[in-house]
Amino acid sequence: MNPWIHDIDSVTVLWGQTIIYTAYCLAILSLMGWFALKLSGHDSRFVPGPRTFYLWVGFLTLLGVSLHLITYNTIPWVKDDLSGNPNVAAAFDLSIGNHAWQVPGGQLDVPCQKLVRFSVTSDDLTYGFGIFRKDNSMVTQMQVVPGHPNDLLWTFTQDGLYDIRSTEYSGPAGYRIIAKDAIAVSGCGK
Amino acid sequence: MSTFTQTLLHGNQRAFKPETLTPLQKLTLQYVVFGLVYYGFAAIEGMLMRINQVQPQELLFPERYFAMLTAHPLVGIFGSSYLLVFGAFTFLIPYLMKKPLWSFRTAQATLWLIVVGVITFWLDGFLTHYAPLYTLYWPLPADFKQFNPVSGAIFIVGIALVMVGTALFVLNVFKTITYTPPGWTKQPAGALFADSLGLTTLKRFFQGKLRRDQPQDHLVSLPVAAIARGTVDVAFNVAIILFSGILILVYMIAEISGHSLKTTLVDALLYKNWYWWGLDLVADGLVLVFVAGTWYLLASLITGSEVFMSRWARFALGLELVVSWTVWSHHLLSDQAQPAILKVGSGEMVTAFELITQGLAFFITMVTLWKARPLQMTNPLKFLLGGLLGFALAVPAGIMQADAGLNRILHNTQWVIGPHVHVAILVGLTMTLYSAVYLLLPMLTNGAKLWSEKLASIHFWTHLVGGVGMGAFMGMAGLQGMLRRTIYSDGEYLPYMVLAAICGSLLLVALACFLVNIVMTLGLNGALGLFKRSTLPASEILPGTDLATQARD
Repeated sequence: MNPWIHDIDSVTVLWGQTIIYTAYCLAILSLMGWFALKLSGHDSRFVPGPRTFYLWVGFLTLLGVSLHLITYNTIPWVKDDLSGNPNVAAAFDLSIGNHAWQVPGGQLDVPCQKLVRFSVTSDDLTYGFGIFRKDNSMVTQMQVVPGHPNDLLWTFTQDGLYDIRSTEYSGPAGYRIIAKDAIAVSGCGK
Repeated sequence: MSTFTQTLLHGNQRAFKPETLTPLQKLTLQYVVFGLVYYGFAAIEGMLMRINQVQPQELLFPERYFAMLTAHPLVGIFGSSYLLVFGAFTFLIPYLMKKPLWSFRTAQATLWLIVVGVITFWLDGFLTHYAPLYTLYWPLPADFKQFNPVSGAIFIVGIALVMVGTALFVLNVFKTITYTPPGWTKQPAGALFADSLGLTTLKRFFQGKLRRDQPQDHLVSLPVAAIARGTVDVAFNVAIILFSGILILVYMIAEISGHSLKTTLVDALLYKNWYWWGLDLVADGLVLVFVAGTWYLLASLITGSEVFMSRWARFALGLELVVSWTVWSHHLLSDQAQPAILKVGSGEMVTAFELITQGLAFFITMVTLWKARPLQMTNPLKFLLGGLLGFALAVPAGIMQADAGLNRILHNTQWVIGPHVHVAILVGLTMTLYSAVYLLLPMLTNGAKLWSEKLASIHFWTHLVGGVGMGAFMGMAGLQGMLRRTIYSDGEYLPYMVLAAICGSLLLVALACFLVNIVMTLGLNGALGLFKRSTLPASEILPGTDLATQARD
């Protein structure tokens, strides 16, 4: 893995996505506005033919495939996520049931910049396991399906306290399943 | 009596005369009326929930809020979109094929089963707060610590009524395409069926006969082919939802009779796979196929010319159908027990094909319009452009969240439901449907004149700005970590939610403008006249075009 990837966390990825999608939205809004204005006139010589069509097909194909190739090679958690990695620095087992978290010891001490594994089991319903910063932004998440292993590999890049929150709907009784300060990350020195 | 009151009672210039309508015209307009009523339900519910996202309200305590959240998408999709789309297609297939509808009574049954089914589950949710959401993740629908099994059973019966009505629609579509009306010469049922599903095109593709220099004769037109292919997904969706409903009902009946069944008898992940396979046939199947077909129809009717690259358009519709059967796993990218091969293959790669199929439909429609310049910016054209814009915004947003890396931080956030789902449905789908309504209104009403162009224009702009804006602000909140399907009570995302609520209110203004315009166009007497029996024969599609008689002659 490239060393610079170690400093990429979900905030960086989301900023990248925000910039790219906003730029795209502005471009498509401008295009549609221009197109609507031009529709009532006939001052353009450009008439798309089959060649333009085939170029468009090629462009869409390239775009669709390249998105996943780019994210696979730049977003640090994807490879471990898809193929698994037994070499973890620490492993943590949690459970959830009856709309409440069971966090061993009330808090998990997680080393920074090391790959760790969270194994979460559900005693009853389908829940979600989400880790959130103090500003409510999401670090990462997974679904917690009863009767199945739910393992999440993650590398933290920032020291601090994090909350755990169920990210999946589990009935009206479970809209706020939160364990405050359930994860304490240290070791990065930042 | 003032001019306003006269118009309110009798319609604009008294041009609408319901007694002149054929049974099929009346039935189609009845579908539209109920579709709009249920759209109003969904819009008001949506607005109430938007207010609750700004500041939780006492009246919307969690049980009621989540019951509303459960009913809202189901009323919106089944009650509104299905009725509008099914009504339009029930008229368009006979109209385009110049052939009577196979069964008028079946079409009536479809309408009333869906209307009754929707009000059943909506009322049940409102009164008893049964709230497993449309996702029904196992074993939540059978969690009797939270939900009463009787209220759950009534809810499922309501959904089942909708599905039975939908199954009858499927039957009517394919029978109408393939049957031979009494007195007609024998129709090639097999060839019609194959052509409507794209098997003919597929065969030509593999034979290398899909080239420009090869003649491409078809038995069914491109819009009918789109309807048929989307209807295949409708059928599969019915089967999966009915199967899941029966399973849940078994648990409910057992509970009611005092014999509780273990929920662990059903594997939660397997259930999630089959349920999403079926459910996704709506979002990533029939909606996209129907919308593409409707774009082609609207573009050709607006321009009066053939669709650009129509043979490829037809091929892409078939491709979209196959793609729709294999994309469900993008909903399970955050399920760690889901095999990686399914995540990458179905969840990422095949899903990316939707960028291609929908991108082709977008391009083909745009070029068809472009080649026909100069065009007058009519209401149907404006709304069609809005619909195209909606999907141009929403599909890439969906492709982004269907990425293994990005899904880890987007799944179940407001990003999914804002820039993707609501922009696709409210801007993409609904504006396309509005385009069809504005275009078909004169044909379905035998020349009723729209009351106010200004109101139509306000309708367009408020809906467009409201829909895009609401999706955008929800998306911004989602990128900051705001989840869907939950309640925030400490003002965590207040600025975004206030702005989203303002945009949501614009959508309500848009709906009000549209409804006022339609009521003033038809008049209250005219609207009531839609529910009086027509004296014309059911085989007459438009007045003076009795296809059964013409065929015999």
